[in-house]
Amino acid sequence: MQQIAFFIEKYKYFLLFLVLEIFAFLLTVQSNSYHKSQFINSANSITGGLFNTSNSFFEYTSLKTENQKLAIENTALRNALDLKTEEVITFEIDSTQQKNIYTTGKIIRNNYTKRNNILTINKGVRDGITQDMGVISSKGIVGVINATTSKYATVLSILNSHSKINARLKNSNYIGTLAWNGTDYKTTQLHDIQRQANIKVGDTVVTGGKSTLFPQGLMIGTILSFDSNSKKYENIQILLANDMSNLGYVYIIKNRDIEEIQQLENNDD
Amino acid sequence: MTRDTLLLSFRFLILVLIQVLILNNIHFLDYINPNLYILFIFLYPLEKERANFLWVSFLLGLSIDIFSNSGGINAAAAVCIAYFRLPIFKLVLNKPELDFKLFRLNNESFLRILVLVSILTSIHHFIIFGMEYFSLKSLKLIIYKSVSTSIFTIILSILSILLFTKKKTSNF
Repeated sequence: MQQIAFFIEKYKYFLLFLVLEIFAFLLTVQSNSYHKSQFINSANSITGGLFNTSNSFFEYTSLKTENQKLAIENTALRNALDLKTEEVITFEIDSTQQKNIYTTGKIIRNNYTKRNNILTINKGVRDGITQDMGVISSKGIVGVINATTSKYATVLSILNSHSKINARLKNSNYIGTLAWNGTDYKTTQLHDIQRQANIKVGDTVVTGGKSTLFPQGLMIGTILSFDSNSKKYENIQILLANDMSNLGYVYIIKNRDIEEIQQLENNDD
Repeated sequence: MTRDTLLLSFRFLILVLIQVLILNNIHFLDYINPNLYILFIFLYPLEKERANFLWVSFLLGLSIDIFSNSGGINAAAAVCIAYFRLPIFKLVLNKPELDFKLFRLNNESFLRILVLVSILTSIHHFIIFGMEYFSLKSLKLIIYKSVSTSIFTIILSILSILLFTKKKTSNF
């Protein structure tokens, strides 16, 4: 017994060091598992508030590009509307038939240089934001809501090793999975594309709509390069349509059917 | 004693704020963000009782982690260099025992400060990027990133030590 006490006394700093290291390691592992990073995240009121304040100072420097983006998006939407004028007029506008509800949010903390990038936005539970909602910008997809507090939320960026997004080739309906390898923030990788698919450099890749996160057909990017052998495609590089280093205002998508779909899927298990 | 504690808490707060509000947004050459906050660990006074130091370093790393959503990566790296600071100081300064009360980092020669800061910074950055990627496949990327980021952290740390600390012959 005395020897144990002596041992602890002699190595007390080393033991404290070990305990702290193990604790830090556990926090890292826990934060890496999606849906469990509730404890250490930047969505709490102190960090969120600080980022919000600092963001409101620097916001003016990006107003010009932000306005340009809005104008371009408005033009695109007007053109799209013009193609469908008759349908819109005859279509009865009924909000209960709307499948996805969009909420505006602002990225107050952007990250794109790390292996696992997580963003912070200034909307939270108070604004109806919950886990597993898709986040898009005017140019393409950004990520998925991870943790929420009353005023803020964190977004699991598509530039994260735990982010797997269902993607589809726009011209041929072949489905693949989008995952990032961590090297360049401008490109991401597309996996599991069938060999039968006839892909070319420059083909557009959009969201597949096979999950409840994103509706079908949202822009992801274009094929930059790929290798192919007789069995499969390898190393398909996608040039992201979105500039992930310059994100301002984003839209959060709430799928109204999500509860019904989840209930159905749980029944099958 | 209280004056020292006050100074340390002030330094803690300022370094965390500088790190999360300014340095984490630099993105020099797309990915280099210097980690100046470990300056706190270099400048923390040497004490015989090291438990407080380890706890404070852990809290420092954890504060950075909360702001940058990285779990416990910075906490682990900060605790590690805090633990190995004393042995490395003894080794580089080539003294078996240091005078804890009289020792001040900025009173050492420039070359010695450079070596001490470089060793601790490299260890810290290697742990950070190693834990972030956590795969042998990306070993090249880990080494590349830790070396390039270390260079900028070392330059910033040395400049801060030379500019913002007073040289004193004694501590009284």
